[in-house]
Amino acid sequence: MDLTATTTVRRPVGEVYAFWRLLENLPTFMEHLDEVRTTDAKSSTWVASAPFDRKVEWEAVLIEDVVDERIGWRSAEEADVPNQGTVSFVLAPDGVSTEVHVHLAYEIGAGKLGKAVAKYFGEEPHQQLDDDLRRLKQVLETGEVVRSDGAPWGKRARKEFPQRPAQPLTADERREVLGV
Amino acid sequence: MRANCWAGRNEVEVRDVPDPTILNSRDAIVRITSTAICGSDLHLLDGYVPTMQDGDVMGHEFMGEVVGVGTGVDPARLRVGDRVVVPFPIACGACGACAAQLYSCCENSNPNAGIAEKMFGHPLAGMFGYAHLTGGFAGGQAQYARVPFADVGPLKIESDLTDEQVLFLSDILPTGYMGAEMCDIQPSDVVAVWGAGPVGQFAMDSARVLGAASVIAIDKEPYRLRMAEEAGHIPVNFEEVDVRSRLLELSGGRGPDKCIDAVGLEATHGSAHIQAFDRVKQAVRSETDRPHALRQAILSCRSGGIVSVIGVYGGVVDKFPAGAWMNRSLTLRTGQCHVQRYMAPLLRRIERGELDPTRVITHRLSLEEAPRGYDIFKNKQEDCEKVVLTP
Repeated sequence: MDLTATTTVRRPVGEVYAFWRLLENLPTFMEHLDEVRTTDAKSSTWVASAPFDRKVEWEAVLIEDVVDERIGWRSAEEADVPNQGTVSFVLAPDGVSTEVHVHLAYEIGAGKLGKAVAKYFGEEPHQQLDDDLRRLKQVLETGEVVRSDGAPWGKRARKEFPQRPAQPLTADERREVLGV
Repeated sequence: MRANCWAGRNEVEVRDVPDPTILNSRDAIVRITSTAICGSDLHLLDGYVPTMQDGDVMGHEFMGEVVGVGTGVDPARLRVGDRVVVPFPIACGACGACAAQLYSCCENSNPNAGIAEKMFGHPLAGMFGYAHLTGGFAGGQAQYARVPFADVGPLKIESDLTDEQVLFLSDILPTGYMGAEMCDIQPSDVVAVWGAGPVGQFAMDSARVLGAASVIAIDKEPYRLRMAEEAGHIPVNFEEVDVRSRLLELSGGRGPDKCIDAVGLEATHGSAHIQAFDRVKQAVRSETDRPHALRQAILSCRSGGIVSVIGVYGGVVDKFPAGAWMNRSLTLRTGQCHVQRYMAPLLRRIERGELDPTRVITHRLSLEEAPRGYDIFKNKQEDCEKVVLTP
């Protein structure tokens, strides 16, 4: 499965590249990612939430890194769902913004796991990546993921409707959402 | 706190809800001193604007005192104790749209942007009390409200102007003004405004302030036309006269140079069978909006003129007169108001006495009486033009 998505961030190319290059930042805007740990100059461990409250962990290898232009990675050989991705950073025509072009590829097998992964992505797999990039833009332009009363979950956005009503959160809901 | 909530189609109810708290670092909490019911609240009330949910706090025109700020709010811009008017579109101030002063198209303030994108092609900004399509933000018909990006939008009021003089900077005064500004008004212009509700009245006043030769008010409610006439505008009752002929008379046969649609998706047509055609299509959802005012504005406008749309549309319309629009070189301009762009300059016009926003207020009620306010405003009872609520 191949996914592409693009957004424009009104920040300098160098800043957007540097934010993405620090792979630990990816979970701040990618919904399914819980954690990325850099293990050495080229390797990192990625932890994602999978269907049925499971966690999936895999090793990724940096295969391309052109400063202020392009970052590429792929999962190491033993990954359950082999995947790879590239992101390119291009100065937008306005001369101040950065176009972020993302391409992700997943090898989804026919087995049980493959079916679960396909179900996880749902009928509109690009939607998740579009929403991820929307949050990347929010984080880089405003400092954080925006929350509303109806959709207070931040990066853990829920796609389903109805949401909670657009009225202030109870103390319990606030603890659940913000942890404070 | 107490808050006026949507309770299902054509029903609002003042309920106890939790007090708002800071959810993002640039939030402020405002203790509301005055709030109002807007014509667009009526489109939410009856469900024409989709994605309302039981319990949604209504209201997007409000002002009050800042009683709390998040850690990310720049103290040079906003502090506890400040008296502020809050603009209805929520805008981050940092994205491309905000940089272009297109605040109601802010690219970051709507957490439900994905849903809005499916309906409209591209998303629109978050808005207070305006359904989940615009983010699901609790509104301001309440005792308190959480205001995101509080260091961008809210306008500090440092003079001794009353709440009633400045409250409408939150929406209807800038909306009416933008309607007139989009008309690029010249001293020779005859400007016709469809809809003599509060936004229409302010579009008329703004057209005059911007130098129009004459301003025409089109409506069917005698009390609204009277209000426009008292402010110096020319009334046309579409239930009593043929609008096109009357507009030709009033413009030397040319047609109005500039036309403003301040009605939107729930227009009433003077001709019963055309009204029925669109009402039925709306009911069976083959059309979401009744665009009579827009059609008539396009057909009436002088060739080469501008049709400015500030009435709210929510979906798709039938029988859009594309032929008249295209062949007669008309320009169509529109938008949800970019309120932040207009607040400071319009405050100065209020201070100088050029605009008097209080002239549209007909009802002053308590927040607890909000359901009655909706009822009389919707049904145009008691000569209701504008309801201000005090929490």
